[in-house]
Formats: sequence, structure tokens, C-alpha cells
Amino acid sequence: MSIPTKETYLYGWQHPDKMREYRKNHKSMVKKDKRTTLKEAIQRGVKANDYIVFGGMGSVRNPMAAVHEIIRQRIGNLTIGTKGSQHDWQLLAASGNITKAEVSYGFADEVRGLSLPARRAVESGRLKVLSETTNAAFQWRFTAAAKGLPFYPTRSSLGTDTLAYSGSKTIIDPFTEEPIELLPACYPDVAIIHVHRADRFGNCQIDGNIAEDVEIAHAAKFVIITTEEIVPDEVIEKDPAQTKIPYFTVDAVVEVPYGSHPNQVPGLYSFDEAHWQEWLDASVREETTQAYLEEYVYSSNDFYDYLEKIGGIHVLHELEKIEKKLVNYPKVAKRRGE
Amino acid sequence: MATDIEKMIIAASRLLPKEGAVYVGTGMPLLASVLALKTHSPDLLLVYEGGGVGGKPTGRLPIQVSESLTYENGIIVGSMDYVMSLAQAGWIQYGFLGGAQIDVYGNLNTTVIGDWEQPKVRLPGSGGGADIASFCEKNIIIMRQDRQKFVKKLDFLTSPGYFSGPGEREKRGLPANTGPYRVITQIGVYGFHPETKRMTLLELFTGKTIDDVHENSSFPIDISDNWRYVKEPNNEELHTLRELDRDGIVLT
Repeated sequence: MSIPTKETYLYGWQHPDKMREYRKNHKSMVKKDKRTTLKEAIQRGVKANDYIVFGGMGSVRNPMAAVHEIIRQRIGNLTIGTKGSQHDWQLLAASGNITKAEVSYGFADEVRGLSLPARRAVESGRLKVLSETTNAAFQWRFTAAAKGLPFYPTRSSLGTDTLAYSGSKTIIDPFTEEPIELLPACYPDVAIIHVHRADRFGNCQIDGNIAEDVEIAHAAKFVIITTEEIVPDEVIEKDPAQTKIPYFTVDAVVEVPYGSHPNQVPGLYSFDEAHWQEWLDASVREETTQAYLEEYVYSSNDFYDYLEKIGGIHVLHELEKIEKKLVNYPKVAKRRGE
Repeated sequence: MATDIEKMIIAASRLLPKEGAVYVGTGMPLLASVLALKTHSPDLLLVYEGGGVGGKPTGRLPIQVSESLTYENGIIVGSMDYVMSLAQAGWIQYGFLGGAQIDVYGNLNTTVIGDWEQPKVRLPGSGGGADIASFCEKNIIIMRQDRQKFVKKLDFLTSPGYFSGPGEREKRGLPANTGPYRVITQIGVYGFHPETKRMTLLELFTGKTIDDVHENSSFPIDISDNWRYVKEPNNEELHTLRELDRDGIVLT
């Protein structure tokens, strides 16, 4: 067991009344056209020292175009909530924009292997882990925030170091008279969520799994939506049951086709295994990691420029066919070398 | 001839029931679960942290717990909240866990090697591990065994086993009748003694010895009086398993 040096590891919490006040002053029910460019949305929404979270989960439906733009704008000292997060935050750890992290899952790519840039960042001291938590705990921290509650109770992780190094508190539940964990609400400064389709006001449809995106959108102070396509208002209006994120939580909407590349957007396009292998190979050493960032991010004018570099419409169309199972799945990229 | 990894996955798949629900991660747990589904567990419900429930993917296996194949031909797809709530409410009996370190009571470390403030090696973190370890009735731990992994004292207790012995989980407030069930390594299959909650050898893989068990652990491991050898993988198991991972993503 490990001995915590602090009494609490609490980050991102606010009094619920303060957040009610914040919403009153900063969010609006007026249906405004919130379309903008990615550059402008990131400039407006992401500030140095912000606490940031990304939608999707693992390396699925992540806002990679927004990640690139944050790197290009060199917005620094960011704190990330790695809620089952993989490629999005790992690229920002590699580029050095993220310097602090609350971690549930954050230093590996599942079957592909461990994330070496993120590990190097923390093992060299460039990145500080602020606290530990679990996937369910992060979800329910956003749930508490979305519900306007100071905390959310759970029976997970009681007695573990994971809990000792988190912002949670353990109390005696007055009903069972047994210990229960209270997870503190988490209000990120900014959330960026990539969706299948949205209208100009920010109403979003997400196909398939929604991870924690609904709660994150209601919890974060500033919400940027990147979307595969902006659809006519009627698409949303004729089927409100499909709306997962409502417009009044959203601050900016950006149309970014293939905005999650090289990751999957369920039903639309598959992982780009060839590009993933290129990234994994580059990420083995610091010099090649930086060369990757230079080639694909810093020296790209925007995400369209990047998409041309990775092979353009030819590759992207192939990824659509793979996701629709019209062609065979290619070899899965894995960490190799060191 | 089956490899160590193949033997471990097949042993894990045999532990899964004819009907029930299992929390799976990608890699070995997924192969074990799909193998069970295709052999002896036709009514096994696979649940993924990303929100997918009951998927029966075709063509290839999921490489991410949140990707579209986790709910292909499935039952329902929801959120992290939905599937974690299912586990907390007791719908999911089986879970899979792994770790960089384990102790005699099945407590696991997937967070750091060395000091938390300045880690020698930074590991992925809990992910859903501590949740699954807290909520599921029968957790199956799959990991390689050596003296660095089977430790007297964990560097960090990420996911709960039986803490320091019987009654300790309940004392801390974890749901009743939950905890580690089996540990599968390249050497054998271990359980936890009902009274002491200490890791106990139940089965050895062919070719392994009791000496291997002790030599590859920094803590003493009890040996069941009724220990036996793991039944060799049969052709159907081995063939089905290799078909599931034709590209050798996990098996090589």
C-alpha cells in the first residue's frame, strides 16, 4: 500500500450554487447560430491552465482535429481528466500542452500496448498526476455535476489506494450504516465532444455508445462540439429522441469531417491502422515523436491539410468501407520496438 | 501444441458459466469470453465499459471497449453510467482483471511501480479495474507469474482483493459476496481459500511443478490437498481460439 502525503486530492469541484450562478450568466436558451471555425472555437474556449476533458472513449470518437488545433495554438499547462482516455490526451502529453492529469485510465492503448510518450512525460516529471480515480468514478463525478449535486455515492473502490489518492470521501451511509464513497462533482473548464451530426445551434446526435458525453456536456463550463456534419434544423426537429446533447449546453459548433482520424467514429469510419502503426513506431523515441508532431500537426495549416497528408480521400473512403465491412479489416497496429 | 497464452485463455473460458454476464476488456478476457460463447456458454452476455451489451461481432474482435463491434448484433448500447450501474446493482457476476502486481489476498496494482509521487514505471491506472473488482461476484485475474509480479506488498493497491483477509471487504463497505475468484498464470490456476482468503493452488498446467509455483512467487502459496492438472485444451477449443485471433493480435 502507498501512503498519501495529502489529506485530499480534490480538483475540479465547485459548490453547486456557484455553478447554478455560472449557468445563469453564461448559458442561454436563445437559439443562436454557433457555427464557427475550429481555430476560433479553440482560441475562445481553451485557455492556458484550463481543466479539459474530451468526449468519446478510448480511441473512439475523439475530437482529434481539436487536439491538433490545441497543439498548434500552443495552449499550455492544461489539466486533463483522463476518463478512459487514450489517443487524444496522449498526443497532448507528447506535445507537452498537458502538464497535469487526473487519471482513471491513461497510459495505454488497450491491445496495442502501453503509451510511451505519456509514460515518458510522467516518468521524467514533465507531467504530474494529480489524483487517481476509476472509470465509473469519473463518470459519476460528471453525473453529480450534471445533476446539480455536490457528490454522487458509490460502493466502488472502498479501502483502496485508488480512493486514498482521489478527491472522494468515505462516510457512514445513514441507511445501511455501512461505509459509502462520495465522489465529488467535477466541472471541467472546457469539454470538446466529437459527434456524428449536429445542427447550427449545437443540438447533437450520437450513434452508438455515448460514453459520458451527455453528463460532460451538462457539467463543463465551456462546450465545443466538433461534428462530422452540420445538418439542417429539421433533421433534429423531426426526431428529438435522437438528440443526446441539447443546444443550450453548447458554446461553439464546428463542422470537421473525419475529425476523429486516425480513430473510429462508429458506423462512419474505422481506425486507420496504417497511420496508427506509424504513430506507434514514431512514439517509441522522443525525437521521432516530435518529428511526427512536426510533420502532421505543427506544419499543417488545418485538419484538412493533415487529412491530405495521411492519404486524403482515397484513404478516408477506404476507412468508410472498412467500417461498413465492405472490405477486410487490415492488420491491427501494435507497439513494437522498445 | 498450445502455447502458455492459449492455455491460459482456454482455462479462463472454462470458468465462465453456461448463462450469465461477464465484464470484458479487450485482449485475453475478450478471447476467453468469446471462446466460451462459441463452445459451452451460449447464453453468456458480454458487457463492455464503453456501453456495449451483448455484442456478437463478426469478422474480427473488438480492439477497443468502446468501439462499434462491442455492440454489433447486440442487445443494447448505452453509456459508461449504464454498464457500471449494471455491475454495481449486481447484474454482472463475472469480471476479468489483470495486473502488474498481485498479493496473496488478490489485491492488484495497475497504477505505479515505485513511489506514486515519482514513479519508476507509470502503469495505466485503475480504468474500470477497481470498479469491476468491487462489484463483480467472481473476478478472474489473468496475468503472468514471477517474483516481481507476485509480491508480498503492493506498491499501490489499485483494485480490491480480500485486503488483509476474511471479512475485510465487507468491513470497508464493498458489496457482499464479491471478490477475486481465480488467478490464472502460465503455471496454474489458483483460488482463494474460503476461510483464510489466501491464494491457493488448485490446478497446475502440464509440465509445471509445485516448485515452479513457489519459485515464481515472493509470498508463500498454499497448495490445495486436491490439486490436479489442468485438462489439456481439446482440438475444438484450440481451433476456435486460433480462428478468433487469426492475425495473432493477442496470441502472439
